Amino acid sequence: MPSQLVNDYFRQENLPHIWCSGCGNGIVTRAIVKAIDSLGLKKDDVCVVSGIGCSSRASGYLDFNTIHTTHGRALAFATGIKLANPKLNVIVISGDGDASAIGGNHLIHASRRNIDITTIVYNNNIYGMTGGQYSPTTPCGDKATTAPYGNLDNTFDLCDLVKGAGATYIARSTIYSPNMIQKQVENGIKNKGFSLIETITSCPTYYGRKNKKGDAVQMLTYLRDHSINTVAYNKLSDEEREGKIVVGEFHNSPKPEFTQLYDELIKSMAKED
Amino acid sequence: MPTNTEKVVTVNLEWCKGCGICVAFCPKDVLDLKDEKIHIKNINACIKCGQCELRCPDYAIWLGDR
Repeated sequence: MPSQLVNDYFRQENLPHIWCSGCGNGIVTRAIVKAIDSLGLKKDDVCVVSGIGCSSRASGYLDFNTIHTTHGRALAFATGIKLANPKLNVIVISGDGDASAIGGNHLIHASRRNIDITTIVYNNNIYGMTGGQYSPTTPCGDKATTAPYGNLDNTFDLCDLVKGAGATYIARSTIYSPNMIQKQVENGIKNKGFSLIETITSCPTYYGRKNKKGDAVQMLTYLRDHSINTVAYNKLSDEEREGKIVVGEFHNSPKPEFTQLYDELIKSMAKED
Repeated sequence: MPTNTEKVVTVNLEWCKGCGICVAFCPKDVLDLKDEKIHIKNINACIKCGQCELRCPDYAIWLGDR
């Protein structure tokens, strides 16, 4: 029997998972489950919705209500699920490509709508499943299958993006700190509104190999050495800020939530009849 | 540091993919890799901190019941 946590919340028949050796996705998935466990949510009250990509395979391993949807559309499906049954804790698992390229429009509009969905983006800076193409979060200058001489595009800052779009809880963490991921997911679920947790994870197979970042241990060590909390970051000079990954909770500012407003509208219309 | 004397570090070699993360981040040098799988080389040094379980991407090592 595996650990109690894995036994209680994972579909044993689907394990071991097929993520590569050293892939950080398993670390994030465990942290999400730990958050759900520590909040004491019933499994039937949780719905995990995922799109397409390496990270989105998580829904198949998790023993909740789960749905593995189409590329980029996890948030569209999740919006329908939340409106149909607002009591569900709807959690979206998505990758950087899925959430910010193919599903970029859904991401900004779900944020704008402030619907009570907790989205966890597994950001590994690359499209892993399809062979290592560059994504909107591949750092400028870094290599990918489709950028053999280096990526020319600037990157999305996902946290800034959803802040501008209206999300009410926004945080970032790395797989070096699974306890931080857990805490942020807990707070994201507790927030009655749209929450985005960006977790920086590692892809030793594609992003790491293409950019000579070393093996899984070296990539994890890099995340440890380059992540910094907002307070310490704000004290640094511009040069010192170069290459740093800022982690922590950036925004937690509740606003009226969509399904609640929708319910109130229905009730007010019913009164008029 | 949480220590639970009832627990013992447990491995599932079938799930281990030999990435070496648990070995690298074990604060007491309890683990190493043998034939590309986890190997507990010094169980007596284990302080049951759970760092291995926290970061194992494959759920192949954990603090289980004795």
